[in-house]
Amino acid sequence: MWVFLATEVLFFGGMFLTYSIYRHAYPSAFIAASREMIVWAGTINTAVLITSSLTVVLAVHAAAAGQRRALLLFLMITILLGFVFLGIKGYEYWTEFGEHHFPGRSFQFDARYAPQAEIFFSLYFMMTGLHAVHMIIGIGIMAVMFWLSWRGTITREYSSPIEISGLYWHFVDIVWIFLFPLLYLVGRHVH
Amino acid sequence: MTTSHLPAHHYLNDGYGIRSWLLTRDHKRIALLYLAGVTFFFFIGGAFAVLMRLELATPAGDLVSDETYNKLFTMHGVIMVFFFLIPAIPAVLGNFLIPIMVGARDLAFPKVNLASWYIYMLGGLFTLYALFSGGVDTGWTFYTPFSTVSSTTNVIPTALGIFITGFSSILTGLNFIVTIHRMRAPGLTWSRLPLFLWSMYATSLINVLGTPVLAITLLLIAAERAFHFGFFDPALGGDPVLFQHLFWFYSHPAVYVMVLPAMGVVSELVAAGCRKPVFGYTFVAIASLSIAILGFLVWGHHMFVAGESVYAALIFSILSYLVAIPSAIKVFNWTATMYRGAVSWETPMLYAYGFIGLFTIGGLTGLFLAAVGLNVHVTDTYFIIAHFHYIMVGGTIMAYLGGLHFWWPKISGRLYNEWLARLSAGIIFAGFNLTFFPQFVLGYLGMPRRYHAYPPEFQVLNVLSSAGASILGIGYLIPIAYLMWSLRYGRAASANPWGAVGLEWSTTSPPPTENFAETPTVTWKPYDYEHAVSAPEGHVA
Amino acid sequence: MWSGTPLFPEAASTMATRVDALYFFLLGLGVFFSVLIAGLIVYYAVKFHRKTPRAIGAQLRGNLVVELVWTVVPLLITIVIFVWGAELFYAMSRPPGDSLDIYVVAKQWMWKFQHLDGQREINELHVPTGRDVRLIATSEDVIHDWFVPAFRVKSDVLPGRYVNIWFRATKPGQYHLFCAEYCGTKHSGMVGQVVVMEPHDYQNWLSGGETGRTLASAGERLFVDLACNTCHRLDAQGRGPLLNGLIGKTVRLQSGQSIIADEAYIRESILNPSAKITAGYQPIMPTFQGLVTEEQLLQLIEYVKSLPTGDGASAATKP
Repeated sequence: MWVFLATEVLFFGGMFLTYSIYRHAYPSAFIAASREMIVWAGTINTAVLITSSLTVVLAVHAAAAGQRRALLLFLMITILLGFVFLGIKGYEYWTEFGEHHFPGRSFQFDARYAPQAEIFFSLYFMMTGLHAVHMIIGIGIMAVMFWLSWRGTITREYSSPIEISGLYWHFVDIVWIFLFPLLYLVGRHVH
Repeated sequence: MTTSHLPAHHYLNDGYGIRSWLLTRDHKRIALLYLAGVTFFFFIGGAFAVLMRLELATPAGDLVSDETYNKLFTMHGVIMVFFFLIPAIPAVLGNFLIPIMVGARDLAFPKVNLASWYIYMLGGLFTLYALFSGGVDTGWTFYTPFSTVSSTTNVIPTALGIFITGFSSILTGLNFIVTIHRMRAPGLTWSRLPLFLWSMYATSLINVLGTPVLAITLLLIAAERAFHFGFFDPALGGDPVLFQHLFWFYSHPAVYVMVLPAMGVVSELVAAGCRKPVFGYTFVAIASLSIAILGFLVWGHHMFVAGESVYAALIFSILSYLVAIPSAIKVFNWTATMYRGAVSWETPMLYAYGFIGLFTIGGLTGLFLAAVGLNVHVTDTYFIIAHFHYIMVGGTIMAYLGGLHFWWPKISGRLYNEWLARLSAGIIFAGFNLTFFPQFVLGYLGMPRRYHAYPPEFQVLNVLSSAGASILGIGYLIPIAYLMWSLRYGRAASANPWGAVGLEWSTTSPPPTENFAETPTVTWKPYDYEHAVSAPEGHVA
Repeated sequence: MWSGTPLFPEAASTMATRVDALYFFLLGLGVFFSVLIAGLIVYYAVKFHRKTPRAIGAQLRGNLVVELVWTVVPLLITIVIFVWGAELFYAMSRPPGDSLDIYVVAKQWMWKFQHLDGQREINELHVPTGRDVRLIATSEDVIHDWFVPAFRVKSDVLPGRYVNIWFRATKPGQYHLFCAEYCGTKHSGMVGQVVVMEPHDYQNWLSGGETGRTLASAGERLFVDLACNTCHRLDAQGRGPLLNGLIGKTVRLQSGQSIIADEAYIRESILNPSAKITAGYQPIMPTFQGLVTEEQLLQLIEYVKSLPTGDGASAATKP
């Protein structure tokens, strides 16, 4: 899993590199575009994900201690928190489509910054979109873990699948920890 | 000469029927599934090359339309790079040999291995679909904004097909890394590993770290084309050169994915062909790792005239010279291995010697290209085409064929016809040089690449090249014939027909499904011919 | 068969002979090492051909001195090559000061050339010998590449950017011009020629053709038509910065950065004015993206260059 996560670092890395280059090139457009982000939604989502990482840790611990009920409970909460994240993200996307912030033919933005703001939004949708896909996969993995735990395949001796799945979930969480300030908090200290 | 018989139970007769192949977890059967796949794609890519060289025999664009020609060279590149050169040696020879060479029953994750094959085939079929439903004409390099804005062909399906296949490389690389780290037999320390394993390990590092960058780059192209994002389109504030940086950051290490396994094969062939250890084992092993690491630092040498700054160009130039040194070290060590060897002239060794010579020429022309002032004149011309074909065809494909012939008795339990094999090796060598050497001259004259019509004074050299291509094509067809023939009618091979040293030669030909009757313990240095048990059998059929 | 088949390109520029010198050095080096390795392989294969089936080779595992020698010697050789190539490239990247400027606009699938005095050429470029020529090139659509093998000069021509290409032709004649970056259907057809003439003949050619307006005067007309002069007034009373003597001047930006104004800066300021606001001015300039073609941008740039500076001279170069 560590090797796989290395590949994921390089995968997302390409996008972070692209982001840094364009942010350096178009600082004021990025500030203007970032102001349009729904910060409360992003903040709640950050809290949701961090909490879900906590429940994952608790699940791993429960698995290693052979506590089946606790394990199932924490896995279920993790999955629910994942859905909450996706739900809030969906709401954000729906609002942003309505405001014509999705890049392409119907994109509308303050004319002073329009083309560069469109790049910001392209990056935003691409990066959060890829992140969301990884979240969906993560929820799927957790669901499989739930099923394995229900069936009794996970025992005190054989709890490594929970640990490995946990690693993946933590990674997806960490990607969000980087995405959130870079997308939502650009220039927020500037008035 | 003793007559051999096939063992009673081996991996090929351990289950019959299509399900036993399509649902196998045996790394050896998966290797053969890949063999079928890569051979299939090789001939499709080769067919496109034949059409291209036919067109180029005359200066006017008279055989196919310009749109068709543009699709031909694109698809030749895409198929040969992603569906033949990158998987061939790792997925065929690597899959077959790595568990046996480490003394294990199978790879670390056999089911993932099978999944890798399905992913490879899925990506390949996707790409073939893109091909047959109109083709793609962007060049295998997909430069923007042409590929995202201007091209009217199937860019997105092709990009997605390559994206899917990339996961095959990543998962295979992962499998190999874990296997080599965790599943070595007792006594098999890192310094006793055959050099093929060192090469495969270095290759797997590149596959695992580099391919994801290609993945994101392809996704960005697809998204830009589908949604009109503006990452690479200047009209929307984007930067086309950014695409080139992202693309080459993967695609340069990719060429080392194509050549490192070949070098690993050559080390094995030269050791067995001279019945002595590879000279400078430690240096060759470290050279493999150095090539993998340095290979990630030189991507900008594809962009000297693309608009990167002078200082960036100079840095990439010096790093490109650094990465040439480990390759040179390997060539010198292989040559030194032949000194005072007991040198064989059998087919696998002929391919190995061909590799060393042709790779040297290809590599030396790399020195021309790393000199920035000279690169300006020859980049984007036939000089570049000749350079990389010397390495990928004169190098990798020769090593692949050499390896196939060397391990064929182990894989199939049969001996092939040695005279026919030597004949094809000769035809391939001659055809290859006739095809590609004139292209160096054409390139310096200034004939640009990706042209299907050209000024008349370039015709004679083009005709020579096309003539060579037809000879080369015939040369590749003959092995198909005698290798397939040997499966049914070839003489049975003994466990060690070459008298070579290596764990794979200590088990039967073909091996049993679990590879070894019991886990071996390794106590000898690599290539320890002093204590070799078997003598080679001449087996000219 | 061989007549009419050149094996080596003509050398028609000052750079060409320098590039060829490096090429021949590398050729010699390459031949030496190829023959050495190939020769050794054949020699060893024959001399040490396996005599009996059981024969093994001498079990030599390595030699540190030999390894170091064949690591260090190639390294030193490559450093020499690197320095030589770097020198050449550095010279190629620095257009000399007093050059004859010609604008190039590439588009699918043709080359458009604009001389400063208004002469336009398509796919054919006339230049004099013995004069440094600087091409300022951009593309209207995708990436192209301006390549003249006889000059040993090549550069990608990018959309949204200007690139400089310079050369000094030495031999009159006609030389192939190729597009060397794949650009779509008629990429192989995007070819032309560079016609090099003795200076006297070149002058004749220049004055013999229909020149129409010079680039700078066409630009002056545009400057008024597009109302640029309402903010960029010559008396520095306007809301926009003074443009006289702009090329080569250091401009302080609102962000605190300082940049040196060049053709690319002017082009960007017209198409994307909010990208670099001059310090002390408001960001009120509208964008002209979509309202001007690449050729019109060149005319405006030449006009700005032709504006008088304080000492009466202008930054424009004379043909």
